[in-house]
Amino acid sequence: MSEQQIPTQLAEIRDDFLSLELRDRLQLLLEFSNELPELPDRYRDHPDLFERVEECQSPVFIFIEVENDTVRMFATAPPEAPTTRGFASILAQGLSGLSTTEVLELSDDFPQSLGLSKAVSPLRLRGMTGMLARAKRQIRLKTLS
Amino acid sequence: MTIERDPAPQFVEFSSPERLVSADWLEERLETPGLVVVESDEDVLLYETGHIRGAVKIDWHTDLNDPVTRDYIDGEGFAELMSRSGISRDTTVVIYGDKTNWWAAYALWVFTLFGHDDVRLLDGGRAKWEADGREYTLEAPTPKPTEYPIVERNDSTIRAFRDDVLTHLGNPLIDVRSPEEYSGERTTAPAYPEEGALRAGHIPSAQSVPWSKAVADDGTFRPLSELNEIYRDGAGLKDGDDIVAYCRIGERSSHTWFVLNYLMGFENVRNYDGSWTEWGSLVAVPIVIGTDPGEVPSR
Repeated sequence: MSEQQIPTQLAEIRDDFLSLELRDRLQLLLEFSNELPELPDRYRDHPDLFERVEECQSPVFIFIEVENDTVRMFATAPPEAPTTRGFASILAQGLSGLSTTEVLELSDDFPQSLGLSKAVSPLRLRGMTGMLARAKRQIRLKTLS
Repeated sequence: MTIERDPAPQFVEFSSPERLVSADWLEERLETPGLVVVESDEDVLLYETGHIRGAVKIDWHTDLNDPVTRDYIDGEGFAELMSRSGISRDTTVVIYGDKTNWWAAYALWVFTLFGHDDVRLLDGGRAKWEADGREYTLEAPTPKPTEYPIVERNDSTIRAFRDDVLTHLGNPLIDVRSPEEYSGERTTAPAYPEEGALRAGHIPSAQSVPWSKAVADDGTFRPLSELNEIYRDGAGLKDGDDIVAYCRIGERSSHTWFVLNYLMGFENVRNYDGSWTEWGSLVAVPIVIGTDPGEVPSR
């Protein structure tokens, strides 16, 4: 994977994390967690559309929208699961606005590049890897049909 | 004990009532010298969203586990952790956390491996504190580092390793995982991530008592009469039994270890922290599938 292949908005998120000390990386993750947007009205009453991310310890559900080849990701997770909310928020901000090809070409190891495995533990980080894999799978399904 | 115990009537019937404190007791004593409150959660960021005033955070992944070997930190690491948390050897430590004190009990068990004498649980944990409408703060304390002695872990009395479990077969085993994990339908708790065991099922003869049976709906421990029904009448435990509890990685079973040891007074209870992620991947150890405990194979 070469550096150039990471879309700018994801590279910025990654660089923001990497520029911080370990402890401050957790604070930044918390900021992402707090920024996870509420679901838009059109999805709020449609839990059926959302996919549970089984790799996460806490209940988190994601939904990918593809319009004119542009991806938008929505996620919902309870406030008592701030780490999971943070992961979802990073991906929602980092993937939304990209083309389907850009997301599908993103390395599956992107979560490992954020410098978070020491701060949150590799086991917890698996949840984010699972979330990314499921987002990609939804895009593949949507672009096939 | 440096700080008097909580005389709350609901604790009196337990074998070690000094191991529990109520939210009322704690709230009155916050920031008392000689008392340190520790939060230990499943979610590594939960403390940062708000915690009990003065509480320090200790995380099971990043603080208590050795980063390389699958083991706990050593005496030096523990002393360093205690020092930066403002805990001295004679400090009264009260631990609380999310998920009905699941991880708090795990931290308490690790403190006990290092022989820290006075360590207690806040009955009901975070959930009860919140349900009571009690306050949280965002302010992280800045503890004054202490001189904590380097004490090596004692793994011989409350911790069981895989070979101990093999020789233990024939004595009571309590499997505290979900019924689905016990029967072998799955290797992880429902809705929990895969943590890698190659086989599913349970250790032969283990009784299935999911850990959460020990807590009431409000997150506090059940009264002794109900615990007796569950563990003595239900799982057949008797006074004098030598008991090993296990789960998937040893955390839920520390909760059960706490119940059997400190609430019910069983004197020989060990937690097998290798648990199913180890046993379910070991070569040639016996495993039983299905809802029956199964027989111990003859040797």
